[in-house]
Amino acid sequence: MDLIWDGIREAARLWWSGDGEIIEITLRTLAISAAATALALTIGIPLGAVLALRRFFGRGLIVAAVNTGMGMPPVVVGLLVALILWRTGPLGDLNLIYTPTAMVVAQLLLSLPLVVGFSLASIQSVNPRLIGQMWAMGANRWQVLWLLIRETRLGLLAAVMAGFGAAISEVGASMQVGGNLAGETRVLTTATVLETGRGNFEVAIALSLVLVVLAFIVNLVLTTVQQRRPVT
Amino acid sequence: MTDPAEAHLEVRGLVVQRGGVSVLEIDALDIPRGLVTVVIGPNGSGKSTLLGALQLVLHPARGTLTLDGESMHADPVKTRRRMSAAFQEPLLLSMSVRANVELPLRLRGVDRRRRRELAEHWLERFGIAALARRHARQLSGGEAQRVSLARAFASQPEVLLLDEPFSGVDAPTREGLIEDFAEIVSQTRPTTMLVTHDRDEALRLGDHAALLIEGGLRQTGKPSEVFDRPADRAVAQFVGMENVWAGRRSESGVYQAGGVRLASTAKTVALGAPALLCVRPERVVLTRDEDGSGNQVRAVVRTVRPRGPVVRCDLTSARLGLVADVPLAAWDELGLAVGDEVTARIAPADVHVIEDSD
Repeated sequence: MDLIWDGIREAARLWWSGDGEIIEITLRTLAISAAATALALTIGIPLGAVLALRRFFGRGLIVAAVNTGMGMPPVVVGLLVALILWRTGPLGDLNLIYTPTAMVVAQLLLSLPLVVGFSLASIQSVNPRLIGQMWAMGANRWQVLWLLIRETRLGLLAAVMAGFGAAISEVGASMQVGGNLAGETRVLTTATVLETGRGNFEVAIALSLVLVVLAFIVNLVLTTVQQRRPVT
Repeated sequence: MTDPAEAHLEVRGLVVQRGGVSVLEIDALDIPRGLVTVVIGPNGSGKSTLLGALQLVLHPARGTLTLDGESMHADPVKTRRRMSAAFQEPLLLSMSVRANVELPLRLRGVDRRRRRELAEHWLERFGIAALARRHARQLSGGEAQRVSLARAFASQPEVLLLDEPFSGVDAPTREGLIEDFAEIVSQTRPTTMLVTHDRDEALRLGDHAALLIEGGLRQTGKPSEVFDRPADRAVAQFVGMENVWAGRRSESGVYQAGGVRLASTAKTVALGAPALLCVRPERVVLTRDEDGSGNQVRAVVRTVRPRGPVVRCDLTSARLGLVADVPLAAWDELGLAVGDEVTARIAPADVHVIEDSD
């Protein structure tokens, strides 16, 4: 128990003193995960809408792939991205391995199936006759998508939360493609693993608490938006 | 089947298929400009499919649809922006009443001030101005349908496509809503297609009628013509001609059916030719005694069923079965019971004759 209390005390001290490294790691974590989530939403919501609204050859296969992707182990994704970005890999010339960009790509691949899956489920639950009414009102393709997003905003906010949660909490893929380089690719999860390995439990606890509080704040904001009274 | 009034919408050679099977086939149908065309027919006859094709949400296997002579499929979004639609379900979006009514205008890029003006105008016209700020989810069925209709009118469409918009609300609400709608539509005169299965609604609101059965157009004309002078047996059955008798013309204006002689002033068929004689049940008048005028058939009351403001009587006479709808007051006066003998009087003008090709 002392170990835990010492850890919490150390975490409080690090926060209170505004430890530069922790702030830097926190900001980097936020930036990478936010970028990955934003990309996942940009690609995933329209893709989920297409899968929900259109029937085409191979759709079932794609939906099955999305569902599989929702439970994909991060280390598998990390391995895949590492193989592609490795110096001798297909995109090795881009020199992206062990960079924050590689971590964004890995996190994107982890959160994308969640965003697509949640969007697909939300949009599929909309009354098809309501979608017919959107067209009948004179909406073009993009306006229909906008109205669908508006209509399914509760479900889509769940997609945002799931996507961001997957991105910020994963460690395996970030370690594999980021390398946990101090000052470059170290994020809260990889730093926690490193400090735990070194036996620096106080720092590990401090980092973990930052991660949990960060995830909580982001989800609190999203939940507040999701649960507030419908706007006019 | 085309009509001489100026056509705003034209349907030619339309075939809509579902799973490779044709569910709607219309050779030619003209929708006259500025009039209300009621589309009637039994369930599954293709009424909603026709409306779906005109809304461009169903894709025909063949055929052309034109609006003012231009193909409706050339620019579907542009075409849809000249039209609007309302359905049995109000289909409002999760936003305020005002935002719902403004939405079609917003999609057309109308500026905020003009949107607000038009929304307020149409909310006022449908008597729901007080609900403007309320959320769509907090409305009763009747209120929601009024919002749906206000939204349909707000974009000032050239063409209104309505699929049973009054059938989902309770009777008293429906009555008021139809009254308001009739007044608004008579003032604004959009080209309107109204799908309905309600005879009263069709007669009250329709200037023109198109009757579909089993995916085919069977009759067009004024609603009263379609209901009173059906073109064939199937139409007669749908429009509530409970009395359809197979007979033959025996002399000028006189027919024999089931051992009964009936005079008719309707169009005639060749002497000796088979004919279907149709009489609406409300046109059969029951009396205790014969009075010597018009067609008179002595018959026995077999069953009696109260049906709202009338009593429906099934009667038999010789080899003829008759159905009569007797108003409640007249029924009370007659004091009839099952087994009683009565005279069924039918005016020759109420006997509609169809050439029987079967």
